[in-house]
Amino acid sequence: MNILFFAALREHLGCDQYSLDIPLPSDIRSVRAALIRVFPRHATLLTEGKTLAAVNQTLVQDTHVVNAGDEVAFFPPVTGG
Amino acid sequence: MHFISVQEADFDIAHEYAELRKDNRSDGAVVFFTGLVREMSQGDSVSGMSLEHYPGMTEKALQQIVEDACERWPLHRVRLIHRVGTLRVSDQIVFVGVSAAHREAAFAACHFIMDFLKNRAPFWKKEVTPAGERWVDAQEKDLRALEKWQK
Repeated sequence: MNILFFAALREHLGCDQYSLDIPLPSDIRSVRAALIRVFPRHATLLTEGKTLAAVNQTLVQDTHVVNAGDEVAFFPPVTGG
Repeated sequence: MHFISVQEADFDIAHEYAELRKDNRSDGAVVFFTGLVREMSQGDSVSGMSLEHYPGMTEKALQQIVEDACERWPLHRVRLIHRVGTLRVSDQIVFVGVSAAHREAAFAACHFIMDFLKNRAPFWKKEVTPAGERWVDAQEKDLRALEKWQK
């Protein structure tokens, strides 16, 4: 599964996307846990609340289930306006 | 008849106001808000900022916010513009313009759209200060601002 990163999270992780090896379907909570295993130094940053998740360009909760082909993104709380 | 744009270019308030009024015989109220880049942020001087967004999701999120506002109030026209890219102090960042038959709906909807944009639209500000660049942290007060819209 390919995951997109934006803003401060992208800079901290040092990449704008990452191809994560995870069985699907999986919920966002499991995706977070798998990402933390890949980026253990940024575990705090990747926790719920510090980083929002979007699936198919819509904000989702950690219970949301990701299926094959979904567009998944993680990013910091937004600061527009 | 709504207009939503995410763009690098500046916008012209007079043009936006004219578009809200053009051939519009039904509306008695136009309310608009503009957000500008301030020179001070969290006690530090700011010389400018860059605005990043999530292309695709941004437009979708803004569309949803406008639709939600239209379900709640009888709005006839909404114009929503948000800039991205490099901005300097006093530059315009965002425009929300709403027309409706009566002012109560126009005031409320304009406020509602900004409150939700602040929390739901994927934009991120990075400020330039004398100490270097820094990402702006999301603020608790922006999240709390949504509470007043709970039905």
